[in-house]
Amino acid sequence: MRRGGVADGVAAAMVWASAVLVVGVFAWIVGDLVIGGVGQLSWAFLTAEPLDTGRAGGVGPILVSTGLILAVCLATAVPIGLAAAVVLSEAGEGFWARGVRRSLDVLAGVPSIVFGLFGNVFFCQVLGMGYSIAAGGLTLACMVLPIFVRSAEVGFRAVPEERRRAAAALAMSRTTTLFRVLLPGALPGLVVGLTLGVGRAGAETAALIFTSGFVDRMPESLGDSGRALSIHIFDLSMNVPGGDGNAYASALVLLGLLLLINLSASLLASRFCVERS
Amino acid sequence: MSPRVNDTVLTAGLWLGAGASGSVVLLIGGFLVWEAWPAFGEIGFAGFVRDASWHPSEGRFNVVPMVMASLLAMGGALLLAGPLGLLVAVFCGWYAPRPVAVVTRRVLELLAGVPSVVYGFWGLVTLVPLLGRWRPPGASLLAGTLILAVMVLPTVALLSEAALRQVPGAQVRGAAALGLRRWAVLWRVVIPGARGGIATASLLAAGRAIGETMAVLMVCGNVVQLPGFDSGGPFAPVRTLTANIALEMGYAFGAHRSALFVTGLMLLAVVVGLVGVASRFGSPRPRKWVRQGVAVG
Repeated sequence: MRRGGVADGVAAAMVWASAVLVVGVFAWIVGDLVIGGVGQLSWAFLTAEPLDTGRAGGVGPILVSTGLILAVCLATAVPIGLAAAVVLSEAGEGFWARGVRRSLDVLAGVPSIVFGLFGNVFFCQVLGMGYSIAAGGLTLACMVLPIFVRSAEVGFRAVPEERRRAAAALAMSRTTTLFRVLLPGALPGLVVGLTLGVGRAGAETAALIFTSGFVDRMPESLGDSGRALSIHIFDLSMNVPGGDGNAYASALVLLGLLLLINLSASLLASRFCVERS
Repeated sequence: MSPRVNDTVLTAGLWLGAGASGSVVLLIGGFLVWEAWPAFGEIGFAGFVRDASWHPSEGRFNVVPMVMASLLAMGGALLLAGPLGLLVAVFCGWYAPRPVAVVTRRVLELLAGVPSVVYGFWGLVTLVPLLGRWRPPGASLLAGTLILAVMVLPTVALLSEAALRQVPGAQVRGAAALGLRRWAVLWRVVIPGARGGIATASLLAAGRAIGETMAVLMVCGNVVQLPGFDSGGPFAPVRTLTANIALEMGYAFGAHRSALFVTGLMLLAVVVGLVGVASRFGSPRPRKWVRQGVAVG
């Protein structure tokens, strides 16, 4: 065999080995969590109150808090992000639009702990929300904004130019064009952006430690502190000796939810031919 | 309302939303500087570098060990995940049969979506005990590096693959027509052609690694010390800048709190720098659509 052939074979072996390694690590992580957590999982676990600082009982109030934080996050990020995406796709070459785009690019890279610091100062202290679900949700809204805007913008750009021209030829107002032509056409991109945003927000921990807090009671309003599922896992595994069993089960719940969300995002994206992230 | 008034309101609303999105980063920077300001006066730049140790209650604020820990963990993670990610990207684009490539890509996307706290938890219950049996205590710089490598690998692989795919097919076919074997085509033509995109991928991965909090907080052991060879090298526990913020923010006040915001500002500056350099290499965003301003002025 020629030398080039040997190099080719070695390279092929390395390439295959690295792929096997990556898929293997994924299987290892998921397998570990399933083995450790599936025994504790039950309907009762999902609905019960945590007892004994989480060692016993379930995650009912924690799931509710997580849902509320996500709801606040989306209710804020979606309208603002939608407006930004329309501006970027329809007037994306001007000075101000370029500034918005650049600033969102930077925002996408900001570390989550820095969002936590900012949320703690701005929402908890300056706006006087204290440690609350509202403060946590708004902090996460800042965080998912660039993700949502990016997908939504791709969605708007995917609407064929002819439709805009047709709308203009019919003397449709900008408002009508936006709501009747652009929004329906961009729907796939919006859905993908929404799903990716939920995936990112649901996975977040560091930004919530100092904004939504650790309280594991059932929240009564958005002004209450509420513990997200990710924080529950962190607290059980780091601060509660003997909390590993329920930490496993909570990690499995969170992982399952997020894999489901992210899988549907990438399936939707490939179905609608929208580029991911 | 007449359509014209409607349109004016809409345009104003849209720009308001866009402005709000654009100003978040400014707000973050502004408030971080505002909160960090007192520390520059009380501690001064020299204090962060020359103080004897990090003991905020005694007024000592040396951040160098934590900066080094952050940089070493990031560097190690990139050294591992960079080549590996590139190989996986090559696998998806060139070696794998189509269905296998699709599955691998899905696995990468799912890995990218696994929450950092879950990586941290897995590291804590699986990786750290494993390392601890080999070289105690287990919770160490090495554990953090390994976890970070797994976490940033999808970023490197997915972005590199996109970059590899952008190399013009004519070049690839030309190289093949010259009789180059598959690896030679890749190594001499495709990978050099995708250099910019691969560099962007690595820079973004670096940003993700240095900003990562939960996973390193859970597996690194959180002892403030220089990760030197006298203290056990990669097997010694360390504390990164991000972990330090997460650990101490809850009870910090006064100069201590300000000092934490200074470290937050440092992280922000590093990431802004990385993103800035990455965008120099050319963003993968397509720019072929030129709008004529049909909907917005």
